[in-house]
Amino acid sequence: MVLTVHDVTKSFPGAEGDVPVLRGVSLSLERGETLALTGESGSGKSTLLHLIGGLDRVDSGSITVAGREITTMSDTDRAALRRSDVGVIFQQFNLIPSLTVEANIAFQARLAGAFDADHAARLSKALGLTEHLAKYPEALSGGQQQRVAIARTLTARPKLVLADEPTGNLDEATASEVLGQMLRLVRETGAALLMVTHSSSVARRMERHVNLSQGHVV
Amino acid sequence: MIATALTALLSHWRCNRLQFFAMIAGLALATALWSGVQAINAEARASYDAAAATLGEGQFDQLLPRSGEKIDQATYIALRRAGWQVSPVLEGHVRTEEGRVRVVGVDPLTAPGTIAPVGMQEDSNLDDFLTRGVLFAAPDVAEALSGVVSQRVITDPSVAPGVALTDIGVAQTLLDAHNQLSRLIIAPMQPMGLPDIAAVAPDLALQPAQDAGADRLTDSFHLNLTAFGLLSFAVGIFIVHGTISLAFEQRRSMVRTLRALGVPLTTLIGLMISELVVFAVLAGGIGVALGYVIAAVLLPNVAATLQGLYGASVAGTLQLRPEWWLSGMAIAVLGTGFAASGALWNIAQMPLLASARPRAWAVASGETARRLGAVALALLVIGTGIAIWGQGLTLAFALLACLLIGAALILPLLLRSAVMLADGQARSAMWQWFWADTRQQVPGMSLALMALLLATAANVGVSTMVSSFRVTFVDFLDQRLAPELFIRIEDPAQSPYLEAILLSEAQEVLPLLSVETEIAAVPTDLFGVRVGPTYRENWLFLDEAEDVWDRVETGNAVVVSEQLARRAGIWTDDLVTVAPGLSLPIAAIVADYGNPLGQALISEPLFRNLYPEMQPLSFGVRSNDPTTLRNVLTEEHGIPESAITDQSRIKAFSLGVFERTFTVTGALNVLTLAVAAFAILMSLLTLASIRVPQLAPAWALGLTRRRLGQLELLRAVVLAMVTTVLAIPLGLMLAWVLLSYVNVEAFGWKLPLYLFPGHYAVLTLFALLAAALAALWPAIRLARTPPSDLLKVFANDR
Repeated sequence: MVLTVHDVTKSFPGAEGDVPVLRGVSLSLERGETLALTGESGSGKSTLLHLIGGLDRVDSGSITVAGREITTMSDTDRAALRRSDVGVIFQQFNLIPSLTVEANIAFQARLAGAFDADHAARLSKALGLTEHLAKYPEALSGGQQQRVAIARTLTARPKLVLADEPTGNLDEATASEVLGQMLRLVRETGAALLMVTHSSSVARRMERHVNLSQGHVV
Repeated sequence: MIATALTALLSHWRCNRLQFFAMIAGLALATALWSGVQAINAEARASYDAAAATLGEGQFDQLLPRSGEKIDQATYIALRRAGWQVSPVLEGHVRTEEGRVRVVGVDPLTAPGTIAPVGMQEDSNLDDFLTRGVLFAAPDVAEALSGVVSQRVITDPSVAPGVALTDIGVAQTLLDAHNQLSRLIIAPMQPMGLPDIAAVAPDLALQPAQDAGADRLTDSFHLNLTAFGLLSFAVGIFIVHGTISLAFEQRRSMVRTLRALGVPLTTLIGLMISELVVFAVLAGGIGVALGYVIAAVLLPNVAATLQGLYGASVAGTLQLRPEWWLSGMAIAVLGTGFAASGALWNIAQMPLLASARPRAWAVASGETARRLGAVALALLVIGTGIAIWGQGLTLAFALLACLLIGAALILPLLLRSAVMLADGQARSAMWQWFWADTRQQVPGMSLALMALLLATAANVGVSTMVSSFRVTFVDFLDQRLAPELFIRIEDPAQSPYLEAILLSEAQEVLPLLSVETEIAAVPTDLFGVRVGPTYRENWLFLDEAEDVWDRVETGNAVVVSEQLARRAGIWTDDLVTVAPGLSLPIAAIVADYGNPLGQALISEPLFRNLYPEMQPLSFGVRSNDPTTLRNVLTEEHGIPESAITDQSRIKAFSLGVFERTFTVTGALNVLTLAVAAFAILMSLLTLASIRVPQLAPAWALGLTRRRLGQLELLRAVVLAMVTTVLAIPLGLMLAWVLLSYVNVEAFGWKLPLYLFPGHYAVLTLFALLAAALAALWPAIRLARTPPSDLLKVFANDR
């Protein structure tokens, strides 16, 4: 099992006391499996994704990623986990604007000390980025930038890919194309994919589908 | 991981080269001004130390002849035989083509330990010194002496300026003073049970070790320079703070991404600190090099100022001393740390999931401005408290700090108020937008405008002080230099003969008898003057009782100088002990701006009663035809030309000293103003990228790019104008504190404050010109922004 989430709760402070966002969520994901996490706005999808990525801490419950319990880990250890085992793809791309496309693609793998130039070249080619490698992100369209973000994540060969509405900023045709490329490459690398999405059409292309409503899996 | 993360962090600077340049240049300029001033101070202090070490002046008790100028060597031998640890010194002058060189002969075997002149630690030098007859001198003096003396002259930059040091035997030969000495230095440690000095050497008078009067004055001068350097550094740090804050804000999204990709926060903070330290060392190095150039250019003028005003000798050439270049590097690193601490703290506190959008760096809230305003008010209240109840030089500088920092912090609030006032008067939509947009720009530009405020205020303050000093001093010279000619002789024996000649040739003769003494525990020059029409008609007093000169003339009163009165806490009508057993009331207080010591005047007959052995060595001479009188004195009576000085020459010399002072303060003023203009340029350029989204809607609604550029220029000039207008009263307050507090504490006298509206008008124009020039380039860049860039603001993918 690449991911196990067990009875996780999470609240945020509000004007009238703490507001519960996740109320005992449990789910699991196996190697190579793809899962869509859907739900209305405020249902806790992105919060759950951040907790799994070690970007935030649970109130209670446990999360195991690649066999390691992360809820008791220090910030430094969770950072190390993100470098080596987890890849996060954001809706806003979050590329480093002052690095070239090529440097951006290599970035996470270099951080993890696991850069493979051939693998990066294959991914770049597969995502149609070869001719843009020397450019800076600002020179690319939104779809191209998201492809760079996908390449950056997959170059590091993570065991678990977390994607937060990766096609939310793209038009329908581009979104479909990018999604197709991402799913194909994730399967090729054998990683598990957990994708937060609003779109039912995107969710349908995943192997499994979990819907969150008011902090519960329904 | 570290190398990869560092590459990402550094890539920001590669893509924002202007920002990098602004940071390095700001820090380098700030360090340059600071280290330049420190270099000057270090050089001056080294010269004082060299003088003290070489001459032993002021450090030790000394024995001087009670009358005459020399001590018989037999007296010295008698004291040594009696067990007294004394060391002989002989001083005199040797003429060279470049002027007179002071030759100081010492006995290295008996001199106290700290009088360790020059590089005599080396045995070969000591051997030369004792056996072969050599002189040690600074390079310029050594050059002047070559060919004048037969002895070998060894160059040593540690010897005091204008001095050649040698063995006492060599000095006796050179000065033709066989078996004669000038003074005896008494070693601090003496054996027990020695006979009384007065019994062994009744012709010698003991002069206790003293803190030379000039020390406090030169300290004050250096303190002023240091304050100026610190102020300039603060101006530079404003630039650095602005660029670092902006850079860190722009890197917030990168920091979030790096953390999301697995770089620990502590690693990131550590990398950013290392990055800043490297930049600080780089900029500090450039700054120290620039500071060396500034100091090398200014040092001759500073040396002349110190020599002219205080009689303190400073070498005119600069050496690379570790104390100032290390302090320059240290302050560059500390200043960077100070400037970056807030930004680093924000990054450290930023939650990983915080919005990656720059936190509207340029749009600080009104709440922040109000908080700064509250701090500013607190500082100004503290400053007012110090002004009313505070005493002492340190508190005077604390008052200056409160005043300047308080004014700088309250500036954004005042600017916002001024702009809102203008906004209320705007009639057209465009001007309403202009003022609203200007108000929005105030926080982003406030650091640069604070820098301009401080620079302009410092300019107004220091210029007002120096100009007031000059005006007062020129008036003072006009009073004091009423006699057309001054004659000074060296030999007291010639005095009666000279006076007889002068009485036969001149209209009025004013012999000046003087002795160094102490009145009310303050070192004082006591003068005996011949009261006559010149004194009665020309001397003005700060405070006076009735019939001043009548009472002085009859020996019933004394006139004292302001600094003596202030230091001793005495004033008109108080009784002071002028000499043992003689107390006189003070008839008047007179201003004296040319002398570090206190002064007291009594009548000539009274002085002669007190000091019958003294003869006047200076004479003021009144004459309707000073040129003819001068010729008669030199040609018919053989009085050397060099002994006669006329008023115009002294005045010209004094004004020359002031011109030198002006050169130093003027150069520092220009440099500070240039740094402020640079701060404005850099803030406008760095703000430019943020400006596009703010200006694009106005462009879309019909304002041309050219018009937008013009309005950007106008905005900078308007903000600079308001700042400059506020800087003038601040500068005058600065001058007031310098003249009324710092001067009284450091110099002992209070100067009147004169206003120079013409100068302020020119300064305002310069400040506006600097702001306009600084704003021109960013405005042109804005006017040439491609429409495609403006359109991107409205694109979804921006």
